[in-house]
Amino acid sequence: MEIATTHYLVLSGILFVIGLVGIVTRRNMIIVLMSIELVLNSVNLNLVAFSYQMSDLTGQVMAVFTIAVAAGEAAVGLGILVAFYRLHSSIDLEQATELRG
Amino acid sequence: MDFLVANGTAVLFYLFAVITVGSAIAVITMRNPMYSAISLLVCFLSMAALFLLRHAEFIAVVQVFVYGGGIMVLFLFVIMLVNLHKLKEMRLFGVQWPMAVILAILLIGLIVVVVMSVSFGPPNPYPEQLVDVDGEALGNSEAVGWHLYREYLLPFEIASIFLLVAMIGAVVLARKE
Repeated sequence: MEIATTHYLVLSGILFVIGLVGIVTRRNMIIVLMSIELVLNSVNLNLVAFSYQMSDLTGQVMAVFTIAVAAGEAAVGLGILVAFYRLHSSIDLEQATELRG
Repeated sequence: MDFLVANGTAVLFYLFAVITVGSAIAVITMRNPMYSAISLLVCFLSMAALFLLRHAEFIAVVQVFVYGGGIMVLFLFVIMLVNLHKLKEMRLFGVQWPMAVILAILLIGLIVVVVMSVSFGPPNPYPEQLVDVDGEALGNSEAVGWHLYREYLLPFEIASIFLLVAMIGAVVLARKE
């Protein structure tokens, strides 16, 4: 039995939505950053699936760039988290209300 | 046994798909961030296996190195830096979580309907293109490197500058006054 591209697209959609739910609902800032990594990873799954579907390596090259961006995003996000923790001695996102208009 | 041999790829796909989705759900539901980080590691590694099943060997290895190594160590360091004892009595989710779960299930349904309505042709029509380096069949890593340094040299350099900027930004943000 051959695994079709559709299987990969559905799997990556499910992972994307799980990451989205984590970003929207969790109050712990570390878990929110982890959910962002999940979302970026599901995009990689899509790129690789289409690269195989088309026999075109462009998708895999783009996945390399996505991984680089995810690494930079994690570094900056965790830097912000450490600065936030120093300010509030907490990583509860519901305390991040300075910019409320 | 014969079934496993005949459908090896499909069995491995479903095995790793279930592991990936299960550990992803564990990431967003665990109370202790350390358990979430370990689930995230499981998720990254099983996703590397899924990349291998799609003949993306280079991406799979980079996934293990960068995510399983670098990003995971970063997360574990920060979890140990912040004081976890104050998180014990904290409510896990914001007030809007039931609505979020309902919308998420609807969104998954929408994605499934849209994806199922498109018919793709047979996958991988030209298998040799995935390992092709200048007309020679070498390997996936060589082919990705060939494309990266020939067609995508400028984005590659921009990515390196981006990483430098991110590194400086992280140092400045986390520095003590």
